[in-house]
Amino acid sequence: MKIGIIIKREYLTRVKKRSFIIWTFLAPLFFAALMFLPAILMLNSEKFDEKKTIAVCDESTLFLGKFDNTDVNTFVYIESDINDAKNMVREGVYDGVLYIPRTELNLPVNAEIYSMKQIPMTLSEYINSTMQKTIEHQKLLASGIDPDIVKAAHTTINVQSIRMSENENVEKKTYSEFEFMLGIFLAMVIYFVIFIFGGQVMRGVIEEKTNRIIEVIVSSVKPFELMMGKIIGIAFVGLTQFLLWGVLTLGIYGIVSTFLPVQDVFSSGSVMSEQIMESAADTDSQEMLTQVFDVIHSINFKAILWCFLFYFIGGYFLYSAMFAAIGAAVDSETDTQQFATPISMLLIIPMVCSTVIANAPDSALSLWLSMIPFTSPVAMMLRIPFGVPIWQVVVSVALLFATFVVFTWLAGKVYRTGILMYGKKVSWKEIFKWIKY
Amino acid sequence: MNFLEIKDVNKTYETKQVLHDISISVPKQSIYGLLGPNGAGKTTLIRILNQITMPDSGQIFLDGKPLSKDDIANIGYLPEERGLYKKMKVSEQAIYLAQLKGMDKQEADKRLRHWFIKFGIQNWWNKKVEELSKGMQQKIQFIVTVIHEPKLLIFDEPFSGFDPINVNLLKNEILELREKGATILFSTHNMASVEELCDNIMLINQGKKILEGSVSDIKQQYKQHKYDVVYKPFDCSEVTRLTVNATNPNELVRDIINKGEIVSLNEILPSMNDIFINLVSSSNN
Repeated sequence: MKIGIIIKREYLTRVKKRSFIIWTFLAPLFFAALMFLPAILMLNSEKFDEKKTIAVCDESTLFLGKFDNTDVNTFVYIESDINDAKNMVREGVYDGVLYIPRTELNLPVNAEIYSMKQIPMTLSEYINSTMQKTIEHQKLLASGIDPDIVKAAHTTINVQSIRMSENENVEKKTYSEFEFMLGIFLAMVIYFVIFIFGGQVMRGVIEEKTNRIIEVIVSSVKPFELMMGKIIGIAFVGLTQFLLWGVLTLGIYGIVSTFLPVQDVFSSGSVMSEQIMESAADTDSQEMLTQVFDVIHSINFKAILWCFLFYFIGGYFLYSAMFAAIGAAVDSETDTQQFATPISMLLIIPMVCSTVIANAPDSALSLWLSMIPFTSPVAMMLRIPFGVPIWQVVVSVALLFATFVVFTWLAGKVYRTGILMYGKKVSWKEIFKWIKY
Repeated sequence: MNFLEIKDVNKTYETKQVLHDISISVPKQSIYGLLGPNGAGKTTLIRILNQITMPDSGQIFLDGKPLSKDDIANIGYLPEERGLYKKMKVSEQAIYLAQLKGMDKQEADKRLRHWFIKFGIQNWWNKKVEELSKGMQQKIQFIVTVIHEPKLLIFDEPFSGFDPINVNLLKNEILELREKGATILFSTHNMASVEELCDNIMLINQGKKILEGSVSDIKQQYKQHKYDVVYKPFDCSEVTRLTVNATNPNELVRDIINKGEIVSLNEILPSMNDIFINLVSSSNN
């Protein structure tokens, strides 16, 4: 089979490229770094924080003793004038001075931190929240309310959404924030891979046309075979890349987690966030961890993986056939704009609507965009983490595949005429004429 | 026995008919020249032979059988606009193109090595095409055209873009291929090469055949009965050179014998260049 020879060449020449190898091996390292670095940094945050000594120049005298000293931050209460304090900062006695001006009638709501070097954000946030609590406390006391009552009244509400089904026994906890994020992530991935690999098809066609090898090749194989060989070969490049990314990411995850106690990473992460969001203080880190696993278990990853594969293949074939036709119609990459832009718009529509779709995955807009073949790969990825009725997936995939068959056939006609046409400024009208040949 | 037979081929693009009832016969193991000005329809005819384009009507026979998809392996084609993948290794590329012509990989590899030795270019094997000069790439393109040992070779303007050394090499290779049994069809503007190589030609203008035949017959047909005569008159010591019109060479000789001593007498046959220009400009009017 000659198409097999073409697929092999298209595949091998790309897989052997240095850029492919670098991208394939660096991307998982990059993802792993994104996963682990924040946790590792947080675990070792003390090592990165410089010790700071902050002078507190509190004219209101409301905040004396309210700021707690920690390993990194030391607060010194001074009575001197703010200008003297600033001079001391300049001389290097203190790293900064917190100035709370005296207020006549109201409680102070403004403060200033003077420093030579930028104060760490965690520190200024700590100062902010401490002052806020102190003032709130004062206000409650002034209104005759016991602050302890307010504290006791503070409640964290957990609304668990549970999706029911016809079957009484099947009820599923859902975590819509996570599903939302996952949907956006999957949609972004499919959007980018369609553009990246579709673009590769287009550039490959232009390459053959501009270096004039095309005429030799079409004297040996049918143009349609060449086009399909290229599209299929590049699809395999994409699948190889996904596979390697998956394997490498899992491998790196495995290696890192054996050397680094994951439990610590997770719990330290939650401890840190507790410090920031005081409200989460009652959430035990163990409980948080189980919730993370709960979320992970609630997602049907197998279904997502299959859907991703189907929509990648369908979407990629549909768009790359159109990109191949564009590549054949133009003489150089600079001429592709007028054709590539309208086609790209079709794929951008569901991206623009992504938050709307992920917010209401069962709305009419979401349903239609996930049925229309040009938008369905992206739109369905947004919906799929929330669970989509199987019939909708089947109809949508069937429509997508039927459309790609029709479009590859049409693209083949444009391609056949275009690849042997040189030095002609091609218009949309011209392209439609080629389809009719 | 004609190896290639084209019968009444017509082709129309949109409203423009680019080929009108073209018929040609190419004898086996001969070199056939396809002549004509730019835009005459040569490339279209060549593309039809390569099954890149389909004719609207007409028939093509190769070795007595209608042209079919399987004949791709029997045809070697060097297009006018030619190129190679720049980033691919020379050997991989040549083997790939040979495989597309239906050759087995091992066999292609073996024959390619043979050609590389023949041209003394063994050290190019692992080079990328972009590392080669234009002249070097032309050699590779030629090898790619002939590696599968096709019975019919089609060269579209083979001498355009080739440097004089490669033109010469190409001419010798074309003659050698004919010796080995190949039938060769080429289109060209280079009339000198036509006289040098072609057994038969066809002249095409505006999609219509205006002349077909063997080169020697055509020259006879269009000769203007002119003779180049050099002789030494009896009354003079210097030789004289004349161009004379004469219908009968014997009478001419008799005439000159009376005037002096003949040094040489040659019939002036028109060059293919003259015939080409005359016929094309008269058919345009």
